Formats: sequence, C-alpha cells, structure tokens
Amino acid sequence: MKNLLTALSLLFATSTLVAQEIPSTNLKTLDGQSINIQDAISDEGPTVISFWATWCKPCIKELTAFMDYAIDLEEEVGAKVLAVSIDDSRNSARIAPMVQGQGWEYTVLLDENQDLKRNLGIVNVPFTLVLNKEGEVVWKHSGYSPGDEEELAEVVEEVAAGYDPSH
Amino acid sequence: MKRLLLFTWVIFSAIGSFAQEQNTFGGQLHGNFQLDGQLYLRDESIDPTGEFYPDERFLGQGYANFVYSDGNFSSGLRYENYQNVMLGFPEGYRGEGITYRYLKFKQDGLDITIGNFYEQFGTGMVFRSYEERGLGYDNAMDGVRIKVNPVSGLSLKAVMGRQRFYFEKSPGLLRGIDAEYNLSKELFPKLDSAGLRWTVGGSYMSKYQRANDPFLVLPENVAAGGVRTQVSKGPWAMQIEYAYKANDPSADNGYIYKDGNGILTNVSYSKNGLGIIAGVKRIDNMSFRTDRNGSTIDMLVNYLSPTAQVHTYALPALYQYATQINGEEGIQLEANYKFKRNTALGGKYGMLLSINYSVVQSIDKDYVDPALDTLRTLQGYYSDPLIRGDIPYFHDFNITLSKKINTKLKLNAMYLNLFYNRSVLEDGLGDESILLNPDGQKLMSGDIFIVESLYKVRRKHYLRTEFQHLSTRDDRGSMAMALAEYSIAPHWFFSVQDIYNYGNPDEAQRLHYPLASVVYTSGTSRFQLSYGRQQRGIFCVGGVCRVVPPSNGVSFSLTSSF
Repeated sequence: MKNLLTALSLLFATSTLVAQEIPSTNLKTLDGQSINIQDAISDEGPTVISFWATWCKPCIKELTAFMDYAIDLEEEVGAKVLAVSIDDSRNSARIAPMVQGQGWEYTVLLDENQDLKRNLGIVNVPFTLVLNKEGEVVWKHSGYSPGDEEELAEVVEEVAAGYDPSH
Repeated sequence: MKRLLLFTWVIFSAIGSFAQEQNTFGGQLHGNFQLDGQLYLRDESIDPTGEFYPDERFLGQGYANFVYSDGNFSSGLRYENYQNVMLGFPEGYRGEGITYRYLKFKQDGLDITIGNFYEQFGTGMVFRSYEERGLGYDNAMDGVRIKVNPVSGLSLKAVMGRQRFYFEKSPGLLRGIDAEYNLSKELFPKLDSAGLRWTVGGSYMSKYQRANDPFLVLPENVAAGGVRTQVSKGPWAMQIEYAYKANDPSADNGYIYKDGNGILTNVSYSKNGLGIIAGVKRIDNMSFRTDRNGSTIDMLVNYLSPTAQVHTYALPALYQYATQINGEEGIQLEANYKFKRNTALGGKYGMLLSINYSVVQSIDKDYVDPALDTLRTLQGYYSDPLIRGDIPYFHDFNITLSKKINTKLKLNAMYLNLFYNRSVLEDGLGDESILLNPDGQKLMSGDIFIVESLYKVRRKHYLRTEFQHLSTRDDRGSMAMALAEYSIAPHWFFSVQDIYNYGNPDEAQRLHYPLASVVYTSGTSRFQLSYGRQQRGIFCVGGVCRVVPPSNGVSFSLTSSF
C-alpha cells in the first residue's frame, strides 16, 4: 500500500511539470467515421470540449445556454466547440435528431465506449475543458449551474487573448 | 500484493522513461476521486419497523481513478473503498482494494490492453462491458484485448477474460471477436459521391462455464453472435442490429434450452431544426451472464438498452422503465423541432418542441404443457414474432415545450402520460405467473404536469424553480412537488425541495419529503451537502435499475478530478 501511495504521489509530482494535453483517442463522427480527437482540436484558436449525454439534463441546458455565446466566440476569436457525447452506441442513434431538434451548431463527436472520458479522468457529465491553440488544457469545469456559461465565455475570451485562466 | 508491486514497478519505469524524455513525449496523468457518505437518522414515519435503518448509522464509500498516458503507452488503476456500502447499492461491495488496473500500448498497428478494460460490440446486444458508478454496476473485463485496423475502414477487436463480480471474478470465461467495416471512400468512390455512408459489422462471443448438475446436461460453452449495419444519406440514417444466442439454461429463463434472439432497428431524419427518430425492438430470451445462476445486475455479458426515454425530473423518474431481458417488444418515437426565431410560434428567441412516445409489452409466448415434462424443460415456450404479447409493461407519452420569454426568463413545460406495470417492473414477476392470474397485476397509470422556470436575477445569479404534479389513484397515489434552486456562478448552488405525497391511500403515509442541499464547485472539484428525506424508489441508468430504500439523514459527496 505504501509503495502504491509513493508511486501515486510521484506521479502527481511529475505530471505537474508538463501542461496537460488531450490523449490521442479515437472518436466517431455523427455519420460513423472514425476521427482522432487530436485532429478535431483547433490550432488557430481556443477549443472548448464539452462532454454531454442525451439523458443528461444539465448537459443539454449548458449546451443550449452556451449556443448564443458560441456563435459570437466563433466569429470574434475563432473558438471551436466540440460537443462530445458519451452516450452508448444504442443511444447514439438519437443524437443527430436531438442536436438538430435543439438547433445546436456544434461539432458533435461520439465517445461510445467512454475511452476519452476515462483517459481524461472525468467522473460525471457535464464536464467542460478549454484548450489554448497549442492544444494545452488551460481550464476545466465539472457540473453545470445556470450562469456557468457566462464564466465559460469569459474564459474562452481570455484564452484567445493569450492569458492562462488557471493562474 | 505481489501483483500490486509489479504494477507499481511498471508505473515507476514508465515515469522513469517519461522523466528522461519529457521534452519529446510529455506524459499525461489524469485522475478523479469521489467520496460519498451518509449519516442515517431513524425516521419512524418512512420506515416504521426500522428494516432499512443500517446498524452502522454512518455509511461511506469512495474511489479514485488514475490514468497515465504517454504517447503509445497508457496505464491506469482504480482503488475502491466501502465502509460499508451505502443503502441501495449491491451488498457485494464490501471492503476495499484495487479493482481495476491495466497496461495498454500501441505497436505496429496493434492496440493491446492487458488487465482490465471496458469494451462493447455494436450496441452491446452480444457484449458490453461497462461501469455505471451511480448504479454500482461494473462488469469490467480482466484479460486481454487486441484491436487492429488491417486496412482502411476495417476495425477488428478480440477480447478474452473474466468479468468483475464485486471483489471477485465471474466463474465463466469470455472469448469474443468483432469486426466493423466502414465502406471507405477509396474502395467505393461511387458510394461517397452519392453521399452514402455505410458501415457493416458482426460479432461473436463465447462463454465457458463448467457445469456439474445432477439432473440437467448443461451446455458449458454458449455462443452468441450478432450482425449490424448502419446506413446514412443526407438527413436520413438507419441502423439495424440482430443478435442470436445459443441455448443457455439459466436462473433467468428457468433453465430452459430455448435459444434467444433480439432485433433492434432505428430510422431517423434530422435537418434544419427538425429531428425525428423511430425505433423498434424485440428481444426473446436474451439474458446472457458469465454465471448461469446469476441474478439482478451481476455478471451480465450483454446490454439490452431500454426502448424508453430516460427522465431526469423527479416524479417521472419514480417510474422508470427497466429492460426485461427475458423478453419484450417495444417501439419508440421521438421528435424534436425548433420553431425558428421571429415566427408566430417561435417569437423573438424561437421555441423547442419535443414529443416522445414509447410503449413496451411482453412477447407472445405459447407455453409447453407442463405435462410434457422433457419437452417443457427443453423449450419452455414457443414465440411468434408476428403476434403481439398480451401483457402491457409500460408506456410513456410526453410533450415538452421550452421557450425563452425574454432576456431574463426561460420556461419549460411538460405533460406526461404514464403506464407502469409494477408486477413486472418492481416485483419481477414472470409472464407465466401473470397470465395465470391477470387480475392480480399491480398496475399504475397517471398523468404528470411539470412547469420549470429559469430566471436571471442578475449577472451570474439565477433562480430556477420546478413545480411537478402526479395524479394517480394507483400505488402511492398523487404527489405534488416544488423545488427552488439559487445558483451563483461559478461557485455556489443552493437547493430546497419538497415532495408531498398527499394522495397516498394509506393516510399515515401522506408524508412530506423535504430535501435541502448546498453545493460548492471550484473548477473540477465539487462538494455537496444535503439533508432530508428520500422516498423509496428505483434508480435507473440506461434501463438497468436498482431499488433505493427510503432514508432520512445528512449526506455529503465530494468529487474531484485532475
């Protein structure tokens, strides 16, 4: 047990040396094509990765509330939003109709086996990450309460302007 | 312990290489942590005899996950701790230990995992290994998985191992392969130019469990297989999956030798603010476990998703549908439409309309006469897919409108009509015993109205309210619920709610169920403290459910991830 704890604390210590990036993981697009998350991340502006599921009400509220901001952020600072669904492959058939019905204009990706969710150590959805244009994770947030979308929009603007909101 | 040391060593060496070549690679460590606890208070009105009141008074459980990845290498582990397991979770979780650890690497096009992994073939009708922590569900594999993409568009998976059974392993082994082919642009340019996307797949899974029954000759090897296809063109998409399982006498099916099968289809259309999906499902005798004597949520090999909407509002969630693995047939229709901005119905901001209908019933079963003893043991029943089953299990029709009224106010309204067969879904009675005494069925039907509002008090300050009403004469009778939540982004969240079961046929049970919570969030960490009374109910995720006993007390939950 002691060894384990030592190993873990060492891991903690070393990991802080390097900025977090998104581990290479394969996802699917809505039409069933395979895509690596690293190829979906923008290298021209901030990328928002929002984990959601069709059965998760706070997730849908967050994505709906953030839509108004996302349109502006895309135009103004070139931000890209990836809505990554963790629905299993049965529910994934429901995603496209839902996205259209909600009027979302995000890039929707499917993490059917929850590999990316696990690789990033995410417990529950909704979970949101913001990446700078170098692909480094600079902000993370778990859960959603109304008003969080305002905070997220501010963070994206800061990241686009070159500030690191984690400091 | 030995294995743990080995694992630690591997992580160490991984760190070693990472520390040296940090500039080239830069490994990533991610992890998460959750701790839940509840102090239970004795409450004689919800639990007169004290049967649900735990001896420990305080129960707590937690886990932590760590994933380290560096280029083509990754590894991870999870530590779990139950002191003791909380009420409503499976009691098999007792104690503490490392329940999940793996090493994974990619080399020469091979993607190899040793140790624990989660995987699924297709929609999971033949095989799905997954975890749902809120449910206490975890059938992680422990073994080997190999994934490879030999040619563009083709992906192959092979798995072998045993499943997790709490702190032990399943008695049976699993061996399976899956192939999925995405008809690629390079080989089929005509499909691509016609805008057609086409995927086909097939899977095979075999389980082995030793058999030593004095009366029955039980098959030790049981095979299951499935084929599937997904086609999409423009706004249209279609999915079909068919699965078959060879004879597999089990506690679930009453040790009959009948084979099992299932079919799942979906057609959808999505374009310009309109999304429609229609699905049909039929399953017959598809219980598949690595222990033929298993029950509840233990050691399931496959996953049969529910043909019903998952509700998150509190009152509809009291009557959630759970998939009946021994047989069911159902349809689901769902339509979402966004009325555009600046139209008569859309108003200034547009309006969302969603309609959902699902209905599930038993499959046709023509039982073999018990007098024909041998044949009955062999076959149990015959089923004609073209004949409707007699026992209604569930239906749900609901319609929801969401509209932003002005910059300050958003409204949501929902109407739901519900039918729920409690004998099947709560008591787990089989079709045969229900057909013997159809009048003895406990049925529940009701109507639910919900109005939800979200009001922006000022920047980052929001007030959300919910009013819900269930009217029914069945089961616990009518209930009314009110909820208010105040959130101050990004940190604070306060919530109070009360459910009043004013229509309970038992006057002593016309109780209030108040609950108050405070949540503090900072980045990826979240702390929640709640105090109140919880109704008995069924908690479900994805059609898999567990029963939650009534309780009263103070609970907390801490989650964090990095």
